[in-house]
Amino acid sequence: MTSQPPPISSHLPGRTRLFLVDDHQLFRSGLRAELGGEFEIVGDAGDVEGAVAGIAATRPDVVLLDVHLPGGGGAAVVEAVTRRLAEPPHFLAISVSDAPEDVIGVIRAGARGYVTKTITPTDLASAIRRIRDGDAVFSPRLAGFVLDAFRGELPTSIDPELDQLTPREREVLRHIARGFTYKEIGVRLHLSVKTVETHVSAVLRKLQLSSRHELTRWAMDRRMI
Amino acid sequence: MSGPGTGPAGVEHRRHATFRGTARPHLLVRSDTDRVIAGVAGGLGRRLGVDPLLLRLGFGVLVAAGGLGLALYVAAWALSVEPAPGALPPVRWLPRERQIAATGCIVIGILLICRQIGLWFGDPVVWPLALAAGGSGLIWSRGEEGGRRPWPGAGEHGPGNPLGMVISGRGSALRVGAGALLVAAGMAAFLLANRALASTKTTALAVAVTITGIGLIVGPWIARLARETAEERRRRVRSEERAEIAAHLHDSVLHTLALIQRSEAPAEITSLARRQERELRAWLSDRPAVEAEQDLRGAVDALASRVEEHHSVTVETVVVGDIAVDDRVRALLLACQEAVTNAARHSGSPQVSLYLEADDDGVTAYVRDEGKGFDPGSIPADRRGIAESIVGRMRRFGGSASVVSRPGEGTEVQLHLPRARP
Repeated sequence: MTSQPPPISSHLPGRTRLFLVDDHQLFRSGLRAELGGEFEIVGDAGDVEGAVAGIAATRPDVVLLDVHLPGGGGAAVVEAVTRRLAEPPHFLAISVSDAPEDVIGVIRAGARGYVTKTITPTDLASAIRRIRDGDAVFSPRLAGFVLDAFRGELPTSIDPELDQLTPREREVLRHIARGFTYKEIGVRLHLSVKTVETHVSAVLRKLQLSSRHELTRWAMDRRMI
Repeated sequence: MSGPGTGPAGVEHRRHATFRGTARPHLLVRSDTDRVIAGVAGGLGRRLGVDPLLLRLGFGVLVAAGGLGLALYVAAWALSVEPAPGALPPVRWLPRERQIAATGCIVIGILLICRQIGLWFGDPVVWPLALAAGGSGLIWSRGEEGGRRPWPGAGEHGPGNPLGMVISGRGSALRVGAGALLVAAGMAAFLLANRALASTKTTALAVAVTITGIGLIVGPWIARLARETAEERRRRVRSEERAEIAAHLHDSVLHTLALIQRSEAPAEITSLARRQERELRAWLSDRPAVEAEQDLRGAVDALASRVEEHHSVTVETVVVGDIAVDDRVRALLLACQEAVTNAARHSGSPQVSLYLEADDDGVTAYVRDEGKGFDPGSIPADRRGIAESIVGRMRRFGGSASVVSRPGEGTEVQLHLPRARP
């Protein structure tokens, strides 16, 4: 999705510390090989328990988290770590699953982004950088999910602020779904990249906090693997 | 049991539905879901649109009349074939009155012939039994309203309650009452007519007759309940199995396919892996193959697969909203496919994005690549043709299309189809 020039991590002392959680040994070693050059991989784990202990011990900046894990799934890791650490790391969910319930579940648990495992190494590295900087990462597919789930006006809403997208946010999501990078979206909508990121982060917040019951119902309706 | 004269149009219609997909047409396909002995009555019932229960009662009475029922059953079995696996076509059940009247008349007709030619166990046995069987059929036969689906109510909230099915419906209390009365009358007539025979062991015979009567009234209900419970269990087992397979495939095959797509493997290999992944997902999501092309997401997936099959690109699809796939939407999808193919062929980009949104205004689609792009003012001849065919196709259906491109900055084709005015 995003293909930006290599990182200028001038504002960070040293390399970004990355922790990998995936129950597939082969996938973990593949990720190590791909990402080890740019990031400092401080540890990895293959299940929920190991992940929580490992993250608490190594205090990484970013956790790359598989959604499907033995012992409760990625959402359980996010919840346990957030409970345990005062300053939890940022989570980027990665999965072979396109199932809306999985995606929505892990995002609502607290992950700041979601990418599929077919993402290219370049795009993955740039997504990790974005997550490290506290931004949100939406794949085109996730943007589509959100647009679908937030469709239509609500006749009554407890908190309209959280239960609806602004026209601007909708427009930004539409562009992500169409395959544009944040930079291209900025140019097309006459916004700075920072503003685009702000919009996406606002959408992420709504996704996490909205009580919109359609979110759950929608995810169930669209149940797929 | 009923001749070919019963509702020729309906029979013709069912013939097509039943025989589609089989190698050669068969006179009769036995049922493997609705089966008491060999599924003959179940299959015959589906074929004729008559509740198999009526046919079973008919066969039963004819057996009692002189064994002819047995011969007919065996003959029907010999002429029929086992069903092919897979979903059965839907059945158009005849209205209940016609089912009962037709079956009743035919059975009585055959009985009279049997009696004439001497294939007969005697009036005191056969007529009361026929009367009682008629009553049971009256109570339990499923009419059009309850019989559209094989097991009404099942799957929505557990097995349907057959008693509720019987009681509900117009004039059914009357029907049930009349049926019960017929059964009772049949039993009484049997006892009266066989008084001489019964004089020695009255009590035993009365008990046997009462049990038969109760069996005729309650038996079909118990049988149906048992069948529905079994069907429900089978459905549950199947869905659990599917979930288990899905979980396993996630952990193995889908992962492997994802790894292949991330690897340095040749483009054809990654494209193949991607296509397999898409097909597997469609199968796992339990989308019926027949309906796939009528479902917007299914149709978009199929479109992407078709292009990926012939060009070494990946097509990233995102669909928001939903709309029924009619001829106009199909035209839009065809235009999308041309645009995607065009991007795959000329842009040089390894990935094409297709975004499709359906809302109250209509359907909007964007086909985008990050390839070499071109100057729309000086379109090469080979691309102009395709662009015009896309625009022309959209115009014919009241839609519009535009192409945004600049050399070096990729291309985006935008298609819009306004919602049809009713």
